[in-house]
Amino acid sequence: MANLGISHVTKSFGSLAVLKDIKISIEDGEFLVLVGPSGCGKSTLLSIIAGLEEHTSGTITIDGRPVDGLEPKERDIAMVFQSYALYPAMTVEQNIGFSLEMSKMPKAERVERVGKVADLLQISHLLKRRPGQLSGGQRQRVAMGRALVREPKIFLFDEPLSNLDAKLRVEMRTEIKRLHQRLGATIVYVTHDQIEAMTMATRIAVMKDGVLQQFGTPENIYDRPANVFVATFMGSPPMNLLPATVVDGASGPRLSLKGTDVTLPLPSSVTARLAPGSDVLLGLRPEWLSLAMEGASANPTLTLHVDVIEPTGPDVFVALRAGEREIMARLPTGTPICPGEKRAFALDLSKAVVFDAATGVAH
Amino acid sequence: MTAVPDSNFAMALMRPRSLNPTKMLGRIFVYGCLVVLAALFLAPLASMVMTSLKSMDEIRSGTLLSVPQAPTIEAWASVWSSACISIACGGLKGYFGNSFLIAVPATLISVGLGALNGYVFSTRRFQGDNILFGLILFGCFIPFQIVLIPMAGLLGMLGLAGTIPGLVLVHVVYGVCFTTMFFRNYFVTVPAEIFKAARVDGAGFWAIFFRILLPISWPIVMVSIIWQFTGVWNDFLFGVSFAAGSNQPVTVAVNNLVNTSTGTKAYNEDMAAAMIAALPTIVIYVAAGRYFLRGLMAGAVKG
Amino acid sequence: MTLSKRIQAALPAFVLSPSLAAIAICVYGFIAYTALLSFTGSKMFAKFDFVGLRQYERLFDNPRWITAVENMAIFGGLYVVVATCLGLYIAVLIDQKIRLEGVFRAIFLYPMALSFVVTGVIWQWLLNPGLGLEHMVRSLGWQSFTFQWLVEPDWAIYTIVIAGVWQVTGFVMALFLAGLRGVDTEILRAARVDGAPVHKVYTRIVIPALRPVFLTAFVIEAHLAIKSYDLVVALTKGGPGVSTELPSTFMYSMTFTRNELGVGAASATVMLTSLAAIIVPYLYSELRDDRRA
Repeated sequence: MANLGISHVTKSFGSLAVLKDIKISIEDGEFLVLVGPSGCGKSTLLSIIAGLEEHTSGTITIDGRPVDGLEPKERDIAMVFQSYALYPAMTVEQNIGFSLEMSKMPKAERVERVGKVADLLQISHLLKRRPGQLSGGQRQRVAMGRALVREPKIFLFDEPLSNLDAKLRVEMRTEIKRLHQRLGATIVYVTHDQIEAMTMATRIAVMKDGVLQQFGTPENIYDRPANVFVATFMGSPPMNLLPATVVDGASGPRLSLKGTDVTLPLPSSVTARLAPGSDVLLGLRPEWLSLAMEGASANPTLTLHVDVIEPTGPDVFVALRAGEREIMARLPTGTPICPGEKRAFALDLSKAVVFDAATGVAH
Repeated sequence: MTAVPDSNFAMALMRPRSLNPTKMLGRIFVYGCLVVLAALFLAPLASMVMTSLKSMDEIRSGTLLSVPQAPTIEAWASVWSSACISIACGGLKGYFGNSFLIAVPATLISVGLGALNGYVFSTRRFQGDNILFGLILFGCFIPFQIVLIPMAGLLGMLGLAGTIPGLVLVHVVYGVCFTTMFFRNYFVTVPAEIFKAARVDGAGFWAIFFRILLPISWPIVMVSIIWQFTGVWNDFLFGVSFAAGSNQPVTVAVNNLVNTSTGTKAYNEDMAAAMIAALPTIVIYVAAGRYFLRGLMAGAVKG
Repeated sequence: MTLSKRIQAALPAFVLSPSLAAIAICVYGFIAYTALLSFTGSKMFAKFDFVGLRQYERLFDNPRWITAVENMAIFGGLYVVVATCLGLYIAVLIDQKIRLEGVFRAIFLYPMALSFVVTGVIWQWLLNPGLGLEHMVRSLGWQSFTFQWLVEPDWAIYTIVIAGVWQVTGFVMALFLAGLRGVDTEILRAARVDGAPVHKVYTRIVIPALRPVFLTAFVIEAHLAIKSYDLVVALTKGGPGVSTELPSTFMYSMTFTRNELGVGAASATVMLTSLAAIIVPYLYSELRDDRRA
């Protein structure tokens, strides 16, 4: 188990930069998720950590030791691949034991280690089979076994669940998290699925176009997104962004929502001093809207047109309309509401985020 | 995976089990054409077998396709062990052995080299790799007349002129172009993640090749072996150009037997000789036809 | 880098180098050598006294070479056209969801396993004027039937076409069959729903979709035709006279029996150039597609 440091890592192909000055460091035992849309460089970064690709500049350290230029096998890492990459001609047992065999571990010890891992993953009954005879979930377990058996300093996962069906994906998600808790291993996990990122990570690094957008805990990323991209990429339905202008009010600056005559107090989260007249975006998570009760709340309200109602079971997603703009709200199931109505909604501004309209950066 | 998958096309066209008279006629036409064509394609082989089992008297009294009344293997025995070819009268058996001595090592060496070359080409990207591969591919298709003169000189310089090792060398050199293409085109279909996983697991160049790649490559190994063996066995041009006297392969010997014999033509012996020269490749074709076909298709550059 | 790492890094190049060296010398070096030789006055032995294009002039002044080129045109043209049409026809027949498909395929393809020498010897027997086809048809009752192509200078080249087509058609069939099986069945179902009769479906939809297969078949056939040597030697020995001479047989006899190395080299260079004109664009397009995929 070890910490991981990524400092000033860049990667370019000729003039095309695919990773720009990435800085991330995690402690021993952390679960780091690299998340972002396809092409954001997250898999390239993982390959660089693994030593499968070389970076152009910067330094990677594992357990405090720089590993730049070392072969994958010299870095004391293990990796689980998206397609599992099991060796087709080998049995499950040989697959799991292959790395130990390559490091010339004596057979008896190898068999014991493979057996232990197989027990842990509940695949002992599959040891004599070949990958072709396994189901998707079983292959996934074998791929994990192949990584676990090496007891490496860091585990690397490259979208390991994306080839599973929805139900199995949720199961394996829990299982990987359980393994992490049990082994206390350091993990770097790549995914494009923000729910996976939120549910599994102790730290999330959100990436886009080779640039690290934000690095923090899941709560931090969700509640305090650093910019508009993070705000809309993480969370489903995404955060509502309402254009507004800063105006002067009696007790300090207020936000005037564009296209309405409503003004709102500046959320407490905003520490910067906003000049009157500047354009901003008010970021509201769908669950920060609720049906306004008569005189029940001190929260400001907004009257909106109810457009579409999408029940999901525990919640209802409600598409609301304010002029041209669509706003999503997430209400508890059973909320009395019908399409076509005009209703007043209370806004919980305690967590609301304000972004600069021009740069998209949070104030 | 076979080169020719089952008919999905006809299934899409045919309605299930509704044979009205027009359709019946259509089926009869299809089968009729096929049977006639198949008979035409089979007739030469049938005639060859039957003629080889006849005496010359019976050949004169019968026809191409008449069944031998008194089958005899005399012609076979004669061409195998005593017929005169050029100046020697020891039959084909020595030349038949030569062909094995040429084809087996030439096949093994060129397939081995091709597998390694294909492995390098499919896993390493380097500057100009595609151009280099294209240049190798072109080597598959050159008319060998263009290399006959200098190759004769080179074999002479190496002291291999007229010998079996010399012919093996020639076949290896020009066979490697094909085997490299076969293996490269097969290996590029192996997912890149397998190679990455192997590197992470600590496997080096040879471990990846022998432990991971080769065990899943037997189909293409079969295809390459069959392709090379058939090609070398059936070769005539290199054999006639570079092998001398008793070192000649069976194809050259058969041609000499058939086309330089004096006196009346012994067609039964000609046919027996042709059968002997054809048997090994026919056996391969019957035993491993699908690999033979795959080789042909892969030889059309794409697998 | 440590020594072992350096060895690891150099391994691929090390593995590739023997084959690359062999191909560099024995393909490209030899091509250059032969091309160079064609500009010299070499007779029995190679000597490098350059005579410009003299050997090419002598080549095209040689009536034997002209015959060879004309024969190549007849043989190559017929071989390509007949084998393509027949192969496509058989492929379409076999694609009609017939019984014993495997048996039929095997029957059409087996000649491809034989050597050209064997094919030549067989057809020499089948077409021989004394006891062959003519004899058989006459004994069936058609007494006036004559078939003497093998010994008639104007017709002998067609016997080579017959034997060549017999050998290669199965392969062409296999190419087309694979192409037919690759046609999207959705399109065919749609055509049926639209009420198109079967033969229209073939002529209007399926065969146009097989264009790449036509190209492949053409390249393979043309390449086999230009390289044909053994078949002619075994079937007609280039005769009667020189009536079935092909560039390949011409080159061989000039080089190895007539001691005209320069002319032989010139003819080989012409062969290579014409083949390259077909093969190079084909390989180029195939490899480019490969990269795009």
